[in-house]
Amino acid sequence: MKTKRSGNYTWRKIKSALASAIAFISAVLVIAPLGLVFFHLVVNGASSLNWDFFTKLPAPVGAVGGGMANAIVGSLELLALAGAIGIPIGVLGGVYLAEYGSARINSVLRFLADVLNGVPSITWGVVVYGMVVLRFKGFSTYAGGLALGLIMIPLILRTTEEVILLVPNGYREAALALGVSRWKTIVHIVMKTASKGIITGILLALARVGGETAPLLFTAFGNRFWNHSLSQPIAALPLQIFTYAISPYDDWHRQAWAGALVLVTGVFCVNILVRILTRGHTASVV
Amino acid sequence: METPERTVMERMEQGTAPPPEAETPAACTFEVKNLSIWYGEKRAIDNVTLGVASNAVTAIIGPSGCGKSTFLRALNRMHELTPRTRMEGTVLLNGDDLYSSTTDPAIVRRRVGMIFQKSNPFPTMTIGENVVIGLRLNGVRNQKFLNERLEKSLRMAALWDEVKDDLHKPGTSLSGGQQQRLCIARALAVEPEVILMDEPCSALDPIATAKIEELIHELKAKYTIVTVTHNMQQAGRISDYTAFMYLGRLIEFGPTTKIFTNPTEKQTEDYITGRFG
Repeated sequence: MKTKRSGNYTWRKIKSALASAIAFISAVLVIAPLGLVFFHLVVNGASSLNWDFFTKLPAPVGAVGGGMANAIVGSLELLALAGAIGIPIGVLGGVYLAEYGSARINSVLRFLADVLNGVPSITWGVVVYGMVVLRFKGFSTYAGGLALGLIMIPLILRTTEEVILLVPNGYREAALALGVSRWKTIVHIVMKTASKGIITGILLALARVGGETAPLLFTAFGNRFWNHSLSQPIAALPLQIFTYAISPYDDWHRQAWAGALVLVTGVFCVNILVRILTRGHTASVV
Repeated sequence: METPERTVMERMEQGTAPPPEAETPAACTFEVKNLSIWYGEKRAIDNVTLGVASNAVTAIIGPSGCGKSTFLRALNRMHELTPRTRMEGTVLLNGDDLYSSTTDPAIVRRRVGMIFQKSNPFPTMTIGENVVIGLRLNGVRNQKFLNERLEKSLRMAALWDEVKDDLHKPGTSLSGGQQQRLCIARALAVEPEVILMDEPCSALDPIATAKIEELIHELKAKYTIVTVTHNMQQAGRISDYTAFMYLGRLIEFGPTTKIFTNPTEKQTEDYITGRFG
């Protein structure tokens, strides 16, 4: 048996090492932007982060201090409104796609949902501007919430459908064979089994719209003060960052960095929460 | 390996096999008349007429694709979950037409429980919750009643002693055989009149299988049982009546002792002696 290495061996080793190196560099390039973004935000924003940032209203130009309390609360309010619209419609629509409907109608619905997922978010802003803002003659919290909620619907719909389809048929049959009605089987057995997946989809959709700026530009509009009514304009973190970032003032720039840091950290935390939810616990299959 | 014939013969010698009975059972839980079922254009069941004896075990045997599972599922309308099914004929459960226009399939399934090939305890629920979920979702709220039924069902499924201290653990933490007995307890908890079993032991090891078979033997004192099996020795061991199906048709039906020792039809004999299937 020939055991001597052929002349090609060295060349093959070099090729292999080269391929590994390229793959490694690509992997680094994938992660690098995240690291860079976070690094930049911390460097520029951390110094402006203090208790006031979370508790005070924006200060006038030139005045020292001030914060984004109204924007943070505004973002949460908008997310609550968006969730109130997007979660029930998205989840129930996903249940319909997975459990009811004919194959042909479902494939049309699925296609439409995918198209909606690809619609640029500013389009939603324009649509809601035309539908709500013009009609009610004013920017408002509910217009902003509606714009974000509409973006959430197709996102949640598709993730819900997918995780519900992952629930093995045996569980549906077992429940139906006990004389449980179809509807109760879906709610108490199928959705419960898929609950982690459904919640994950909801959280990811919230994280996604929480960072949206464009749809809020002509709906929620932004507000330098506390919002006292759903029919009034409201501040939101991404809007405030946008306004501050394009301003000519240095201290506003610093505030914008801090706001961006808070926003990214929030999205990051939601993602970590999702990881914790979806890890371990074999009790749920999805 | 013992042949099915010997199994039954031995049981007869030991006096444990049911005595040879009339060709058709006297008291029938199910009366199936001229049942045909189509999946789309395909005819899965072809004009089957059969009476299922009360408080006895009826086994349905036959090669894969012969329609035995479809027949079983037609007894509690589970086959309707498959899209584009159509049926003709009648199925009477203790005299009630299961397919009348006013009959709710959920009520049928409450009266006719089912055990599946693959044990399927609900993964999000504890052992205790799994047993009483049928009652809960059918509106029973009385906790004392649920607890009583929980223990009673687990005792009947011969699982109580093994799990009584672990009722709060996930149902999926049990072994395969225990999970299948948990599913039996879950079916018993809603107090059905009949239990259908679709190859209940085919995913289990021999010891777990023996336990389920013993359980089937005990349960028939209270319940009518219809089981589908691929395993002819098992059919010989556990059943009182055997139905042999082939290509959607009922080829032969009668007391198990007769089917296994002196079948009338050539096809039955060929299948039982392992010449095909």
